[in-house]
Amino acid sequence: MTVSSARGPLLQVENLQVEFSTRHGVVKALHGIDLALDGRETLGIVGESGSGKSVTSLAVMRLLDRAGRISGGRILFQGRDITRAHHGDLRKLRGSALSMIFQNPRAALNPIRSIAQQIVDVLAAHGRLSKGAARGQALELLRAVRIRDPEARLSAYPHELSGGMCQRVMIAMAIACEPALLIADEPTTGLDVTTQKTVMELLARIQAERGMAMILITHDLGLAARWCDRIAVMEAGRVVEQGPTEALFEAPAHPYTRRLVAASPTRRSVLADLAPDAPKVVPRPVEHRPGTPPLLELQHVVKSFGGPTRAVDDVSFRIPPAGALGLVGESGSGKSTLSRLVCRLLDPDDGDIVFDGESIARVPAREFHRAPQRRDIQIVFQDPNDSLNPRYTSFDSIAHPLRRLEGLRDGAALTARVRDAAARAGLPPELLERFPHQLSGGQKARVGIARALAPRPRLMILDEPTAALDVSVQAVILQLLDKLRREEGIGLLFVSHDLNVVRMLCDDLVVLQAGKVMEEGRSRDIFRQPRAEYTRTLLEAVPYFEPKRHAA
Amino acid sequence: MSDVVLGRSGLGRHVAYVLRSNPVTTVAAAGAVVLLFVALFAPWLVPYDPVASDVPNALQPPSAAHWAGTDQLGRDIFSRILMATRLDLMIAFSAVSLSFAVGAVIGGFCGYVGGGLDRWVGRFVDVLMAFPLFVLAMALVAALGNRVENIVIATAFINLPFYIRFARAEVNVRRNAGWVEAARACGDSHLSVVLRVLLPNVLPAMAVQISLNLGWAILNAAGLSFIGLGVRPPTPEWGIMVAEGARFITTGKWWLVAFPGLALMLTVLCFNLLGDGLRDILDPRMRT
Repeated sequence: MTVSSARGPLLQVENLQVEFSTRHGVVKALHGIDLALDGRETLGIVGESGSGKSVTSLAVMRLLDRAGRISGGRILFQGRDITRAHHGDLRKLRGSALSMIFQNPRAALNPIRSIAQQIVDVLAAHGRLSKGAARGQALELLRAVRIRDPEARLSAYPHELSGGMCQRVMIAMAIACEPALLIADEPTTGLDVTTQKTVMELLARIQAERGMAMILITHDLGLAARWCDRIAVMEAGRVVEQGPTEALFEAPAHPYTRRLVAASPTRRSVLADLAPDAPKVVPRPVEHRPGTPPLLELQHVVKSFGGPTRAVDDVSFRIPPAGALGLVGESGSGKSTLSRLVCRLLDPDDGDIVFDGESIARVPAREFHRAPQRRDIQIVFQDPNDSLNPRYTSFDSIAHPLRRLEGLRDGAALTARVRDAAARAGLPPELLERFPHQLSGGQKARVGIARALAPRPRLMILDEPTAALDVSVQAVILQLLDKLRREEGIGLLFVSHDLNVVRMLCDDLVVLQAGKVMEEGRSRDIFRQPRAEYTRTLLEAVPYFEPKRHAA
Repeated sequence: MSDVVLGRSGLGRHVAYVLRSNPVTTVAAAGAVVLLFVALFAPWLVPYDPVASDVPNALQPPSAAHWAGTDQLGRDIFSRILMATRLDLMIAFSAVSLSFAVGAVIGGFCGYVGGGLDRWVGRFVDVLMAFPLFVLAMALVAALGNRVENIVIATAFINLPFYIRFARAEVNVRRNAGWVEAARACGDSHLSVVLRVLLPNVLPAMAVQISLNLGWAILNAAGLSFIGLGVRPPTPEWGIMVAEGARFITTGKWWLVAFPGLALMLTVLCFNLLGDGLRDILDPRMRT
């Protein structure tokens, strides 16, 4: 595709303003942003949730929902003003010249149509090809996005494919009509690190082959630094800084960019670096005296859900008092099952779970709410949006375990305990009366942590507690967890797919693949010298934030 | 305590907002308030004794003295309609509460536990729904005896399948949510997860069903009385009034049927319209 660089940039956004009408009147989402993008160029838009990066992309695609409205500025695409373009013109433009891939590929694909049908639909919509030719083209596209065995995959349905495969299909659909600009809105969020890497490599390759321009929207500075030519940093509906990737990250000028850069973990960063403004944690090393009995010990735990393979296959490890163990693996590795086994929400098929010298695997999960250890073992769930009861205020959520496990009634004692737990989790007391939908992601995560802290547990299971959070929030939550461990001696079982986070927080590391332990040991050693091939693959796939490597 | 008070004023503001932004709900809510008021205070509101006959004044058309006219025995139709509100609403409320309470619990457990229980209850519900429900209600009243409480039981019974299915589906989509697991970790047993965590969450969605059902239950009760089951004359009841008045419609005495019919229609309409507003009020996610 020949892009008319003589006529100016491929995409030019001038003073774009978007507002949404809500119950509380009109809310301005974009306060006049300027962006420009040449053909073949990759622009990264980075920022935290609520900064307006997705609204920007939707406005450019003219896909804002009914409540949203472009209230000022203009969008020029290939020299044409599409700000007020008619719906018919837009439909011709979308897909063929301007294309988009979304965050959650599974949700963006039609579940009841086969892959082939969906790609053919895209091709047919732009009237390029006959049905037969379109099917051949679909096959070509699946080859282009490197799907193994493309002939067989043509007739597959989205639920038969993995998340990474679905994203490849989305990419195939997005590039089907050879667009000049591809907007990728968090294309790899929610995918495993290794899949993340292959999807990004694929996008970069396709972009180079077809001479597309790309806008990569992400909250992950590591990803942006690795793949983008230029970066625009957004905060609260404004572009606060933009420039060439290397220059921008080497010498961030705006304080917000500086804060973002600081919060993004690099290969060498320690927890204290991530949020320099937060109160310093005294790095009191946790002592492990040899001979003290472990807080938690798993002995040859086995769990299967009736399928041909075991979800958890002969897993053993131990956590010393006030220890922190990281459980790392990709989706399907059995780490979530394992965390629920330890939390006694599931029963193991075989093996034993010993907590503080006492076997807790013998009490069935059905009865475990009455066991004395129930309050000692608490869990923080992955998705803060999903883990809070929508009908409970923060106060009720945190009071829930106290009411049930300690039989506290409404009154001063309960209020004091809830306020104490909230304070320890860093949740401001004025948020206690809010419902989950009135809280931000980070605040919800704190409610989840406060709820787990409330019954004063001795072991906390953290199931990817920061996966859904912004980097700056992640930094603060990680420091909080580290502080709880060092100051209150709470043992942590940290389940994550993010090796870098685990490295900073945990002394010990267990790497899981398909329910089996691949490697275990001190996390420092494993990072320095991984023994298992699988660990090495995982380590290589981590998108570190390293602007310098991009330059090299 | 201060938390509770704050919560309540928040709810007040929220109700005010829902009513302001949705005039239809406001009208329906006003109608429901009037109906409840009439139902509660009917004996003190009626201008005439609703069962006292006054044969010389029989079949009078609507006038200043008798707003809705008089029937074949000279009874004041307006007074009878007011008194009937009491009985019809009482039947509908008790029937719907009964089927809601029983259906939500059964459906909630089916949705949460799944497996064999779910399959058996599901087939039972299917069988129940294969019957013409009104005929089933007739059979039940005929078998149990011609009394008001049996009308309540029959109406509750034929509504039960809807509540079971509804609660089952709503609980089923939520049972794997993080907050359900969290409740288990907070020390709830499976029983209390269903009763104290899941069912309250299903309530907003069910409120719509309850409201629609109230209208339907009133129609059902009136229908049973119309064909001579359940409530017996001379008790004032909309169905009976329509049934008795039907004989006179051919001779142009329309008011015997029209006014009780109108009361019935407006009541059912009012509850149907109320449903959506109720859902908005009960769902805390709408409260921002």
